[in-house]
Amino acid sequence: MSNGVASLSSQTVPAVSVANLRKSFGSLEVLKGISLKANEGDVISILGASGSGKSTMLRCINMLEVPDGGDVTIGGETIKLKQSRKGMMPADQRQVDRIRSRVAMVFQSFNLWSHMTILENVIEAPVHVQKRPKAECIAEAEELLAKVGIVDKRNQYPSHLSGGQQQRAAIARALAMRPDVMLFDEPTSALDPELVGEVLRVMRSLAEEGRTMLVVTHEMGFARDVSNRVVFLHKGLVEEEGPPAEVFGAPKSERFKQFISSHR
Amino acid sequence: MQQLSYFELIGFGPNGWGWALLTAAGMTIAVATCGFLAGSVVGTFVAWGKIGGNTPVRWLADGYTTVLRGIPDLLVIYLFYFGGSAALGAIGSLFGAEGFIGVPAFITGAMAIGIISGAYQAEVFRGAYQVVSRGELEAARSVGMHRWLMFRRIIAPQVLRYAIPGLGNTWQLVLKESALISVTGLVELLRQSQVAAGSTRRPFDFYITAAILYLLITWVSTYLFQRAETHSMRGMRRAS
Amino acid sequence: MDFAFMQEAFLRLISGVPLTLNLAFTSIAFGAIFAMLLALMRMSNLKVFDWPAQAYVFVFRGTPLLVQIFLIYYGLGQFRPTLDALGLWGFFREPYWCAVLALTMNTAAYGSEIIRGGLQSVPHHQVEAARACGMSGFLLFRRITFPIAVRQALPAYGSEVILMVKATSLASVITMMEVTGLAAKMISQTFRAIEVFIVAGAIYLVLNFLITRIIMAIEWWLSPHLRRPPAIEPRLEAAHV
Repeated sequence: MSNGVASLSSQTVPAVSVANLRKSFGSLEVLKGISLKANEGDVISILGASGSGKSTMLRCINMLEVPDGGDVTIGGETIKLKQSRKGMMPADQRQVDRIRSRVAMVFQSFNLWSHMTILENVIEAPVHVQKRPKAECIAEAEELLAKVGIVDKRNQYPSHLSGGQQQRAAIARALAMRPDVMLFDEPTSALDPELVGEVLRVMRSLAEEGRTMLVVTHEMGFARDVSNRVVFLHKGLVEEEGPPAEVFGAPKSERFKQFISSHR
Repeated sequence: MQQLSYFELIGFGPNGWGWALLTAAGMTIAVATCGFLAGSVVGTFVAWGKIGGNTPVRWLADGYTTVLRGIPDLLVIYLFYFGGSAALGAIGSLFGAEGFIGVPAFITGAMAIGIISGAYQAEVFRGAYQVVSRGELEAARSVGMHRWLMFRRIIAPQVLRYAIPGLGNTWQLVLKESALISVTGLVELLRQSQVAAGSTRRPFDFYITAAILYLLITWVSTYLFQRAETHSMRGMRRAS
Repeated sequence: MDFAFMQEAFLRLISGVPLTLNLAFTSIAFGAIFAMLLALMRMSNLKVFDWPAQAYVFVFRGTPLLVQIFLIYYGLGQFRPTLDALGLWGFFREPYWCAVLALTMNTAAYGSEIIRGGLQSVPHHQVEAARACGMSGFLLFRRITFPIAVRQALPAYGSEVILMVKATSLASVITMMEVTGLAAKMISQTFRAIEVFIVAGAIYLVLNFLITRIIMAIEWWLSPHLRRPPAIEPRLEAAHV
């Protein structure tokens, strides 16, 4: 809850706002109308059983999945969608690319580019998507790698690193884009238990800097101690929402109670 | 008249065919290289059609690779040689030219090889693309890369490195195919050997020399492809 | 598109099919035996056998088939007196036998690598089990190793057969009038390259399709253990209902 002050200072335009989001895969309706607002500096933990739609919702925010209905608004700019023969499509791919470079994503399986060194991974998007000067990007990338504690690995390839190191590199890659919002899609789920801590520590320090983060996670400790808001999804709908002290202290939903007790 | 020894015959002396053979070997490498590169371009587009095309495009691409791999290469070379001349003749007659217009054998040869090896390279590229991790492509999309940038920075470098062994095999195939271009009269290694064999009446000496030169080219290119493979695979496997 | 002409082309080219198949299957038959021998030499662990076999494969895979054909058909003519004396000239004078010899030696090089791969893929424990039953030597090879290896190698050998059908076209360069030879002659007489090409290409595609089917059938026939188990026999009473 270290971010309460920051979020009060800029109430005017939410960093991310999702309104009435719907998405189906075939006959399976995964999102049934979800709305969510994240102000600048908010750290929101999104919880839910597998199949509750939490990852799909996150992937809709940067259009890795295109929603069937509803609006996604990033920093006041709503992503324009259009109807096509194969369902909904972004109306303006340039707008999507532009928004994506302001919304960084960290994946469950890291997804570092295997043919590039760690440093090359980090500077790739700043240099080639954002077209910033390379020397500046390298200097910044080294700072970021130092911050996540793997600056000594900068010239190695992803396959030479442990899972925890790879995920920290992926976080550095996301930070290098100077994003307004960071999305984390179960960032610790693919890690061996002893490697989870090092990634969570980095995420906690980012939260303390006042970054806007949306985190899909199973880590109850992170949800409780680091985030300032918790959203619990169930079957494509928001089932419970509020500050962690409230929702963990006095859960209103029966299902959320069950979920907490099974995820100690 | 005293008969020349083998080494006088293929040497670089006044009666030797050495320079002619070496030049012809250069021509073999040139036509094979041009054909191979043309095949890379064809193969890239066909692989793209197979992977990302809609149903008719996919059918077309699949049909292309099936047909080109199922019919003899010599037939394709005849098609390009005779068909190319016929087409050029037809165009020529529009402008008042008469009769048979020969297309340069180098161009028809390189084009035929390109069309044939394109079918093989398409399969190589498609196989290599399937090895590229979907997650890495998603990561590229998530940082706002548009299609061309993603192709250039993420897909192409990875596909290329996974494709190197398959491309090496295709190159060997192309090198040997280039000998078939001799039927169109292009003076490459085999054609030059035929000419020399005819004028000296020593066919065995020249064909065996041609065989040795082909082996040499194959051997060197195998080595180069292996070097390229080790080089490109740095960082791809476990730490060494 | 002139269909009357294409029909004429079809009738002329189809007459080359017997020679095409004859060349392909004769050389594959001889080539397979030779390939087997080469594979065994390579796996003998004896340098005197292994090295020559390795060199043979390297040379025949590293040079164009057309060069090999020319070397045998035209090249050996340089030694006509010697071959005459040995009574072999009758063989080397015939383009048919020269083509068969070149194709045989060529496919043997590729085939030996396929067979070697098949033999190497035989699981060690199956050989061990046979030894435990008291099998050894030729019996072990004939009853256990070879049958397993053949099943492994068959798909790759199938592609080799298709490649050989395509390769027979090179015999046309030394006057053998198989399908491609007839096609080339017809193109040079009529200058209708595209029509003749379509007909000849279609003939090869049909041939290769049929051969692929036959090989798939052999594969199915040779691997009952990979087939779905037969449905349980219906009980007798059911038949009377």
